[in-house]
Amino acid sequence: MLALAVLALSTAVQADAGVHLGFGRSATPAEIAQWDIDVRPDGTGLPEGRGSVADGQGIYDTKCASCHGTFGESTDYIAIAGGVGTLGSDQPVRTTGSKLNYATTLFDYIRRAMPFNAPKSLTNDEVYALTAYVLNLSDIVPADAVLDRRTILDVKMPNRDGFTMRHGLSRVDGKPDTHAVACMTNCAATVRLASEIPEYARDSHGDLTAPTRRAIATDSAAAAASPGAAAKTADVPGADLAARMGCTVCHGIDKAIVGPAFRDVARRYRGKPAAARMLINKVQKGGSGSFGPVPMPPQAVSAKDLETIVDWILNRLQ
Amino acid sequence: MAPPSRGVGRVQPAPENVNRRAFMLRGAALSGALAVSSAVRAADAGEDAAVMDPPWTRSLGAPVLASPYGVPARYEASVVRRQSPGLTRTAQSSVAFTPLQNLFGIITPSGVHFERHHAGIPDVVPDRHRLMIHGLVREPRMYTVEDLVRFPSVSRIHFIECGANTGMEWANSAVPTVQYTHGMIACSEWTGVPLSVLLDEAGVDRKRARFVLAEGADGASLTRTVPIGMALDDVLVVYGQNGEMLRPEQGYPLRLLVPGVQGVSSVKWLRRLEVGDKPWNTREESLHYVDLLPGGVHRQYTWIQEAKSVITTPSGGQVLLDRGYHEIRGLAWSGRGRIRRVDVSADGGRNWRTAVLQTPVLPKALTRFRLDWTWNGAPALLQSRAIDDTGYVQPSIRQLREVRGTRSIYHNNAVQTWRVDPAGDVSNVQVA
Repeated sequence: MLALAVLALSTAVQADAGVHLGFGRSATPAEIAQWDIDVRPDGTGLPEGRGSVADGQGIYDTKCASCHGTFGESTDYIAIAGGVGTLGSDQPVRTTGSKLNYATTLFDYIRRAMPFNAPKSLTNDEVYALTAYVLNLSDIVPADAVLDRRTILDVKMPNRDGFTMRHGLSRVDGKPDTHAVACMTNCAATVRLASEIPEYARDSHGDLTAPTRRAIATDSAAAAASPGAAAKTADVPGADLAARMGCTVCHGIDKAIVGPAFRDVARRYRGKPAAARMLINKVQKGGSGSFGPVPMPPQAVSAKDLETIVDWILNRLQ
Repeated sequence: MAPPSRGVGRVQPAPENVNRRAFMLRGAALSGALAVSSAVRAADAGEDAAVMDPPWTRSLGAPVLASPYGVPARYEASVVRRQSPGLTRTAQSSVAFTPLQNLFGIITPSGVHFERHHAGIPDVVPDRHRLMIHGLVREPRMYTVEDLVRFPSVSRIHFIECGANTGMEWANSAVPTVQYTHGMIACSEWTGVPLSVLLDEAGVDRKRARFVLAEGADGASLTRTVPIGMALDDVLVVYGQNGEMLRPEQGYPLRLLVPGVQGVSSVKWLRRLEVGDKPWNTREESLHYVDLLPGGVHRQYTWIQEAKSVITTPSGGQVLLDRGYHEIRGLAWSGRGRIRRVDVSADGGRNWRTAVLQTPVLPKALTRFRLDWTWNGAPALLQSRAIDDTGYVQPSIRQLREVRGTRSIYHNNAVQTWRVDPAGDVSNVQVA
């Protein structure tokens, strides 16, 4: 009896494998519609809406130019204009205009991921307009172009046919493009040194002994051990907030990036009456001209958080 | 024949050379007269009181729970991820590299698994995270993390390598240490649900399904296309990493894991899987993660990470303090399967010896190799060459450039060369 029972039990356990378990629940059409924002090159997924190059310029100057440059030329981030026709040259200039194959991908990307610090904040009309403007910056569409879900499919990107799937890296059993042989002895008549790190670049990664040294754990050792790492911020609320709110995307502590370095801001405004109020207002409303022509877009950061950040910049930045 | 003179604080071939004196004694025994004088001196004088009678043998240590979630010894503070200065403009869309030179075995500690994010690390609240599966399925599904943990689970050891690993080295030697040349790789034990199980639960249309789109919940909502053959083979929806929940940097609470495929496909903070009949040509598979060839054409959907290896000790930035015995140690891996063999050369590729592979040797996982080596103080050019179980042999940089030029950025799996100069300094070079 016992043996039979054990047998029956094990059969039952085995029978469970591969059975429909039914965990979770059905996704509703509304849920799918809200999340399913991807757009394919054939236009599947394109929403209603429309936007012109002119509409796009206004949005671009406010929300995009600070990183991408007024004419899309900035290589600080991703250059988005120029370089068309250079990919086969010795100095390929890789930009959205020169490299991308379908305008639908540009639309999809702007809609899901841009602006960098406020993704998914644009309306579909704005995304169509920005797509049109960015394409116009590379002269891919004319200045009077209006894009919508139909006209965007008529855009022919310069690099439409510049991609291939004829290679061995798309399948686990794909055919390799190199054919090295595992020779074991006397494999090369000569071995010539072809490249070493140039003298001027040897210190670019800091103290190389740090990664291999057993250091007493001190702050200075940790700092030396981490060249280029973000400054330690967790213990400083203002610094921590500035990093988390994305301020440090454009402002370095010591180094201007897109906007001025925090230390330069402190130097200019520290001790001035109502400086904190002015800076908080400036962050919330946006502005330009104080440190150069690049505009700072308005930032959606609470007044309370901004007080902490500005207090840190003005009064606590060591 | 004394070892090259080194000032205080000069680097050791650490971390394995912890006890230098013991090492030197062993070296003396192995190589006869070599280093005898210093070894004898050490034996005569003996260790001083700081070593022989340290305070921790005469006092109580810290209580349990001194650190409820343990951290490495404070003396290991230099074993950290690092950014390559100037490589990226923002810290939110950037890379931090794994310190391969400090690690043992094949499992990467979760805290130093390399980071690559496109819009920073989101602080995902697990109770508010969902995974949606829809598209060419009979019944679109919505899962909580708890739902997914209920499914029959599998744990597998796989590497994740960024497609751009070693990307800075296409044209010339550019970065100094193995952390920067090869540190966009890590290997973990991952736990989760086979994607094939979830696709079948949703009633995937196996006749029409050709591709799956994976999307993250971060600000970038990063998307990548996965071919259905892989999706139904060994792809996992993962919640566990090295025995605990995923780290935030690795996609907490859910990520995709596409074994053997460039890391960007293993979408982090995974929230949506859509089954379709065509690839999506997303930004990360058209503007980026495409491989530029001479003539201007890009290879698209270059998923596979081909066989590759690197010596982690001795490697760039380290210094050999002693002549005599050294164990050459390194890592090999292949996105097409198991490592079959690794060969090591000390003369820039003229002559090779076959290394010992440390078990386990797993498919699409890091494999540790090692080889005894005696350094006689002469200049050396150290290389390793992996061969996987398809018979593919890791190419030289010259062979790769002959086919792909120098502008490709991605999928540089060339043989790495480390030069050891007579002073013992190890540096990154390329040979022809």
